[in-house]
Amino acid sequence: MKKLSARRRHPLAALVVLLLALACTGGLYAAFAPASKAQADESAQSLAIDEGKKLYAVGCASCHGTGGQGTSDGPSLVGVGAAAVDFQVGTGRMPAQQPGAQVPKKKVIYSQAEIDQLAAYIASLGAGPAIPSEEKYGPEGADIAKGGELFRTNCAQCHNFTGKGGALTHGKYAPSLEGVDPKHIYEAMQTGPQNMPSFPDTTLSEQNKKDIIAYLDAVNGDDTESPGGLSLGGLGPVSEGLFAWVFGLGALIAVAVWVAARTAKAKKS
Amino acid sequence: MSSQDIPEENLPAEQDRPHGAAARPADETNPFADPGLPPHEPRVQDVDERAAKRSERTVALLFTLSMLATIAFIAAFVAIDVDKSVYIFPLGHISALNFALGMTLGVALFAIGAGAVHWARTLMSDEEVADERHPIEASPEVRAKVHADFKQGAKESVIGRRKLIRNTMLGALTLVPLSGVVLLRDLGPLPGTKLRHTLWSKGKLLVNMNTNEPLRPSDVAVGSLTFAMPEGLEEHDEDFQNEIAKAALMIIRLEPDSIKDKRELEWSHEGIVAYSKICTHVGCPISLYEQQTHHALCPCHQSTFDLADGARVIFGPAGHALPQLRIGVNDEGYLEALGDFEEPVGPAYWERG
Repeated sequence: MKKLSARRRHPLAALVVLLLALACTGGLYAAFAPASKAQADESAQSLAIDEGKKLYAVGCASCHGTGGQGTSDGPSLVGVGAAAVDFQVGTGRMPAQQPGAQVPKKKVIYSQAEIDQLAAYIASLGAGPAIPSEEKYGPEGADIAKGGELFRTNCAQCHNFTGKGGALTHGKYAPSLEGVDPKHIYEAMQTGPQNMPSFPDTTLSEQNKKDIIAYLDAVNGDDTESPGGLSLGGLGPVSEGLFAWVFGLGALIAVAVWVAARTAKAKKS
Repeated sequence: MSSQDIPEENLPAEQDRPHGAAARPADETNPFADPGLPPHEPRVQDVDERAAKRSERTVALLFTLSMLATIAFIAAFVAIDVDKSVYIFPLGHISALNFALGMTLGVALFAIGAGAVHWARTLMSDEEVADERHPIEASPEVRAKVHADFKQGAKESVIGRRKLIRNTMLGALTLVPLSGVVLLRDLGPLPGTKLRHTLWSKGKLLVNMNTNEPLRPSDVAVGSLTFAMPEGLEEHDEDFQNEIAKAALMIIRLEPDSIKDKRELEWSHEGIVAYSKICTHVGCPISLYEQQTHHALCPCHQSTFDLADGARVIFGPAGHALPQLRIGVNDEGYLEALGDFEEPVGPAYWERG
């Protein structure tokens, strides 16, 4: 103690105290700060946000505004969350090619890394649904039958009973869900892209979403069999009726004409 | 029946005129020339017995093919496992049993038809025959005989003399149809006021049909779509389908300033509105909701309702706006109905007014 009190008037004492205080604060911060695990992560995150901001300025800002606040050509992106970005850009819907009733799915022009950077930037503008992890939409623990029930209650009115899609008003349509990445289906339910209503976790739980995705894989997956053969798009009475009228009736008429056109007489006239 | 009642000039000139007989030219009594029938031409099978034999064998072969196909149908039904799947171009992966049954039955029926057509065209007589029209009325002799027979029958049955039998028989025959008339009662009773009321009443909670949990306002996000049923209704209830067919609700949330209809705003809670899910045209469940335009489209006949404007009909055959349910929040913070629908849900009917 004596030693310490003797040196407290040392010219460097103030500096030492300041350094100690700083180290303490830093240490305490490191110990208690939220998401303390990752200084490295944090800087990676802010780097991603910066990169995303640059990508945004080039590819998105002309419609959605320089700060994501929206313009007359595009809605505000504040609070839409990373999931919306991952869906819209990950399915090629964004950036949109031209205005119209509906922005269609097309070739994806960003890499997944770039999409993640854009998503990080948009997520930094306001809290919204995050990109789901794989265990949320994977097949483990999913109830296919319950998923079918939920799909028919919530989704089938627009997307057809097995997710083949259908028409809406004024050129809008519900796209087919065949071959859509389960992650994107999950994100679409969460965020409600374009004219699709959203189905947030509060009204359609995470388990419900998982069940629906498992049902779609069961009825629409790559190895789904069609016991009836030619499914004609799975659209139900529309395509089946058309097929029966055009080809079924057409074949009958053709046979009738063929039978009547060939005379059985010995002397052909 | 003879054609003796018909004036001579209305009859065909020669009823049993041979094929290819001379046509009759127009004259004063008949201004239309009769072109007559073309001469009959024989078929190969009529003149060549070997060709006829060949035709016979073809027809027999088709009928035999049909028999074999039927036997194959039965064999396929017995032998093929119901879960077996095969790949057949261009049908893709298909149930082997379905495919075998369809093909064999198709061949069996087609071969019978094809055989019959071939038989009729090559072997059955194809002599053209003119079949003349006959008067519908019977000849006077036949009519007189029927009258006499009837009178004699009536006399022999003593129905005119034994009045008791006649009257009781008439009574019995009159009463028998009454059983059928009485059974019609089972078509009723009339629905009464059932069509005017649903399970909704003041204080009933709005239960989310996905989770079976009552909804809170914070659960319903702007742009989301949720289906709700009244609390107390269980999916296993005997009358579940009858009740949900009237009580089904669409819950959406709008920004309060985007609601154009004053009553809709009053009946909503913080922008949450509850509309009947039953189309007012013919009662299809209507829930093709577009969250940006706030339009709901009916999949059956494309009736379109503007849910931001009192569910007004903006397109299609529906005659009424969708009924809105007045909702609020109870003390525990759950969404509740503030009464039943004010008007009948679903399609209009005579007494609806």
